[in-house]
Amino acid sequence: MYKIGVIGDKDSILGFKAIGMSVFPVTTSNEAEEILDKLAREEYAVIYITEQFAKDIVSTIDKYSDDRFPAIIPIPGNQGSLGIGMMGVKKNVERAVGADILFRDE
Amino acid sequence: MAIMRVNPTRMELSRLKKRLQVARRGHKLLKDKLDELMKKFLDLVRKNKELRETVEEMLMQVHQNFLIARAVMSSEGLEAALMLPKQSISLEVTTKNIMSVDVPVLDYKTSNHDESSIYPYGFATTSGELDGAISALSKALPYMLELAQTEKSAQLLAQEIEKTRRRVNALEYVMIPQLSETIKYITMKLDENERGNLTRLMKVKDMMIEQARKAAAQG
Repeated sequence: MYKIGVIGDKDSILGFKAIGMSVFPVTTSNEAEEILDKLAREEYAVIYITEQFAKDIVSTIDKYSDDRFPAIIPIPGNQGSLGIGMMGVKKNVERAVGADILFRDE
Repeated sequence: MAIMRVNPTRMELSRLKKRLQVARRGHKLLKDKLDELMKKFLDLVRKNKELRETVEEMLMQVHQNFLIARAVMSSEGLEAALMLPKQSISLEVTTKNIMSVDVPVLDYKTSNHDESSIYPYGFATTSGELDGAISALSKALPYMLELAQTEKSAQLLAQEIEKTRRRVNALEYVMIPQLSETIKYITMKLDENERGNLTRLMKVKDMMIEQARKAAAQG
């Protein structure tokens, strides 16, 4: 049985607790990094992380990108979307195709 | 393309020919795999993009609702209201095989099926905006999980495509040219040896005829 974790600043992620996810409020990116590593070792299949923290710990997130678990998904925090999530999608396309063919027309 | 350092023998030639055949077949198979992976990946990544747009929009809505709820309620009250969740999610993870890549399939079960019983608080002390936020969030949940599944699959496929392409290129531009060059080299060398042998035999024959003629003239 797997769980879903959410990492981010307290104000952004409080609500996720109500729908049954495990929330981990953090204040610094170092803390976020530590918790991410901890959760990755435990039974978390999906970890959502707010973009405000995701942008500072890209290297830690990339470490898990080639493993099957956990899936680390950046989500917008309450300060709005920073476009990190879309960047990830774009990066995948560039990695696979060699050129960005999905976002070119925008 | 440099040729390999091998002995130009028939044995080596037949060994290399076999290797070339295997390399050609492997190259064809890998190329087919790459094409199919690419097709699957593009479908997946388009879906990923759409899902991400939907989820980000939904979450922004949730955050807006929360902001208003926080403005109306005290932060202690809000925290107390959400402290003990009624709802719990159990996630079941199975894997699906897409072109030999194991991608996760997420299946979730919530403990409460009733739409109205997800609120972990009484309605007396909380504001209506909070209800709206929670409700919007629980509606976003299936999309969020699907996003997680799609995005991870896309990530894994991208990795596999990169790996496969490297192999295809190595076979196409290094292995196969190298093998064909070496085979050509051995064939030429063997032919040359053959010709050398033939000339030597002809020479020996001429010498022997000469000797025989001399012997006949003397005798």
